[in-house]
Amino acid sequence: MAAVIFFVCAALVLTGAFGVILGRNPVHCALFLLVTLVSVAVLYLQLDAALVAAIQIVVYASAIVVLFLFVITLLGVDRHEPRDDSHPFQRVAAIVLGVLAFGGIVVLVHGNRWVSGAHSTRGALGPADTGNVETLAKSLFTDFVWAFEMTAVLLVIAVVGSVVLARRSGHRPEVTDVPEAVPTPQGSRETEGSNA
Amino acid sequence: MTALNYPDHITATYYLILAAMLFTIGAVGLLIRKNTLVMFMCVELMLNAANLSFVAYAKALNDISGQVIVFFTLVVAAAEVAIGLAIIIAIFRRRQSVNADDVDLLKG
Repeated sequence: MAAVIFFVCAALVLTGAFGVILGRNPVHCALFLLVTLVSVAVLYLQLDAALVAAIQIVVYASAIVVLFLFVITLLGVDRHEPRDDSHPFQRVAAIVLGVLAFGGIVVLVHGNRWVSGAHSTRGALGPADTGNVETLAKSLFTDFVWAFEMTAVLLVIAVVGSVVLARRSGHRPEVTDVPEAVPTPQGSRETEGSNA
Repeated sequence: MTALNYPDHITATYYLILAAMLFTIGAVGLLIRKNTLVMFMCVELMLNAANLSFVAYAKALNDISGQVIVFFTLVVAAAEVAIGLAIIIAIFRRRQSVNADDVDLLKG
């Protein structure tokens, strides 16, 4: 049974991943990403990580994918992008590099016999039917409490930073290339001309 | 292969190979796509591959810290998406495009 669940979810994970990188419409890409994220959450459940699976669904599959879809529709880029293969060499090189990287990972990890190292250095997993919620919370609020507090700082910085970045400052520039809202320093044209 | 067997012989190796495939697909997608939004989704695929291998190691080594690190990765991913999408919106407002090839100047 575990094998069936694993292989079905693995197929869904890879289908979603290929859909993300091959889809022409960004909305389809976001929905394929959702397939991958939910399948990975099921795999987390298979690995006795119920809390991580729940967070995966709540944070990733809900918040992040909805944020992606919101930005796609806000910007109005939900149309098929033109297939401009100005650099077909790039595409082939990327695929070759990807296959080589996958082979490299497999060879490297196989050389170390996949799983090695000390067991249970930060505390063992709980019984399989508990989903490790209590174990994870205990570790998070004892061993990792400093890092946990720092995530609060990180999130505050991220929220303030994204507000500052996305805020509409002054009037909207109508011209696409020459931003008129930003004052250009005097003499920048001359230096550019002299350099050219 | 390790001696750490899950039921029905799904070992950690299967999960790690799946994570490696997912990471590779994400990396290739990041290289071949030009839409910055889709490139962001490819970064999410790579983060998920790393998370999956963390949880697989947590199970194989019977250690909770793998799952705790996934928790922190999720926080960083959420912050990264918020900042990244704000940058994409700012670029779109300036250039009317989300194509990565249109953003090739260090100034303006």
